[in-house]
Amino acid sequence: MSDAEISFDHVTKEFPKPDGGGLFRAVDDVSLAIAPGELIALLGKTGCGKSTMFNMIAGLTEPSAGVLRVAGRDPFGDFNWFRGKIAIVFQNDRLLPWRTAIENVEIGLEMLGVPTAERRQRAQAWLTRLGLAGHERDYPHALSGGMRQRVSIARAFATDAKFLLCDEPFSALDEITGQRLREEFGTLVRENGKTAVFITHSINEAIQLADRIVVLRRPARIAMDARVPRNASPTERDDLRSRVEAILSE
Amino acid sequence: MSVALRAAQAAAPFLLLAGLWQIASLNLPKFLFPSLVDVFWRVLGIFLDWSEFRNVVATVGRIVAGLGGAFVIGAVLALAMNRSRAADRFIGPIMTFFQGVPALSWVVFAIIWFHGTEPRIFFIMLVTSLPAFVFQVLGALRAVPRDLFEMVLSFRPSGAKMFLQLTLPAILPDILTAWKVNLGNASRVVVVAELVGATGGVGYALLQQQQIFDMAGALAWTLQLVIFVLIAQGFIGMVETRAFKYRAVSEHAL
Repeated sequence: MSDAEISFDHVTKEFPKPDGGGLFRAVDDVSLAIAPGELIALLGKTGCGKSTMFNMIAGLTEPSAGVLRVAGRDPFGDFNWFRGKIAIVFQNDRLLPWRTAIENVEIGLEMLGVPTAERRQRAQAWLTRLGLAGHERDYPHALSGGMRQRVSIARAFATDAKFLLCDEPFSALDEITGQRLREEFGTLVRENGKTAVFITHSINEAIQLADRIVVLRRPARIAMDARVPRNASPTERDDLRSRVEAILSE
Repeated sequence: MSVALRAAQAAAPFLLLAGLWQIASLNLPKFLFPSLVDVFWRVLGIFLDWSEFRNVVATVGRIVAGLGGAFVIGAVLALAMNRSRAADRFIGPIMTFFQGVPALSWVVFAIIWFHGTEPRIFFIMLVTSLPAFVFQVLGALRAVPRDLFEMVLSFRPSGAKMFLQLTLPAILPDILTAWKVNLGNASRVVVVAELVGATGGVGYALLQQQQIFDMAGALAWTLQLVIFVLIAQGFIGMVETRAFKYRAVSEHAL
């Protein structure tokens, strides 16, 4: 695990039950190592602890037991050290309604103290790259769901963060838009050398995008950890899909 | 809808009221319902005579100072209540208690506690407006969407940047609404405060009109305050139009 960029070492996370009756274990003794530049898909049914693992990597919550390290540091304890190093693409776009598309892309750069001219240039470049040239001054309500999600992807990439965390970013989109954005997203992650963790419900999405698929079983325990060959044949993909389906249907 | 039609719609209820008043003035004693022509000349007279108009300026100054003070203190208290459960438990009941105290009681307390007119009126305006500002700002702070908060938090902002980039724009609509509501309340409270404890201002002028039984004068002084409130509301409306142009408007609402 020493060369891992993100490492879970016997990590457990428990929450108090809402009724006050003891603890609910969301993540159970997970050990996982994610290498630099790897795009990993966390796959599992609803409530299997994917989001809890995601929030721990993001530093939004801390493990109850075990050790989690991102770039050798504790993302919760060293929260501010990760400024500009972790970017998140959320399930819904989470655009600020009072900001135009380009101002939304700029927000992460503002937090980093990037000078106005430079951040405007970087935001513009990412919007253009994601096919949103001409929509810079549009407010979120004037954009379609797919366009808004592109803005949120541009917002994450504009900070040039090393770690990219994605929480089902295409699940709210129609099939055609989602498919197109998935392809663009995979290309962007690889071209920019990001280490990315991707949460999804979709087996096809995981196989299409990821270098590696980790399937979780409730409470978050690793049931399968498989590599996806970059040029996998249709037969290999079908075989992988069948194995994942078998685990998820248990 | 055309601008002319909108203006006509806005003016219609006022024209109806004015018409009813004028009809009453033709059929009832003048000291009860004076002609609107007389009232108009009295309004104009107050506008043009500084010795009278300075009473309006004094009252407006008291409203602005009282509301401004209440807003600043209220916003600080609301921020503290939003950050700390202990502060919420401590300040919340006090504000609820303050809300239950009638404005006239605060007037009496102020007369007993303070010597000068201005400290008395400032105190009254402050304590009567404070609870509303506290609860309105607190409600706005608590309504900041959690998903947007987490999104901004994911970029690890400083406290100041979080406030300026997320909190302030998110609560601004509620703050402006709070000002609109409290402005109307304050214009009523200030008159009561001046009526009892001042030697100048619209409230004091109203007291004089009552003593000489001059309905036209009473109406003219009241209209001064109403005109101020309308101008202030119009100004806030302009700020809203400019600040909230990002909002989508349904075609059904046009």
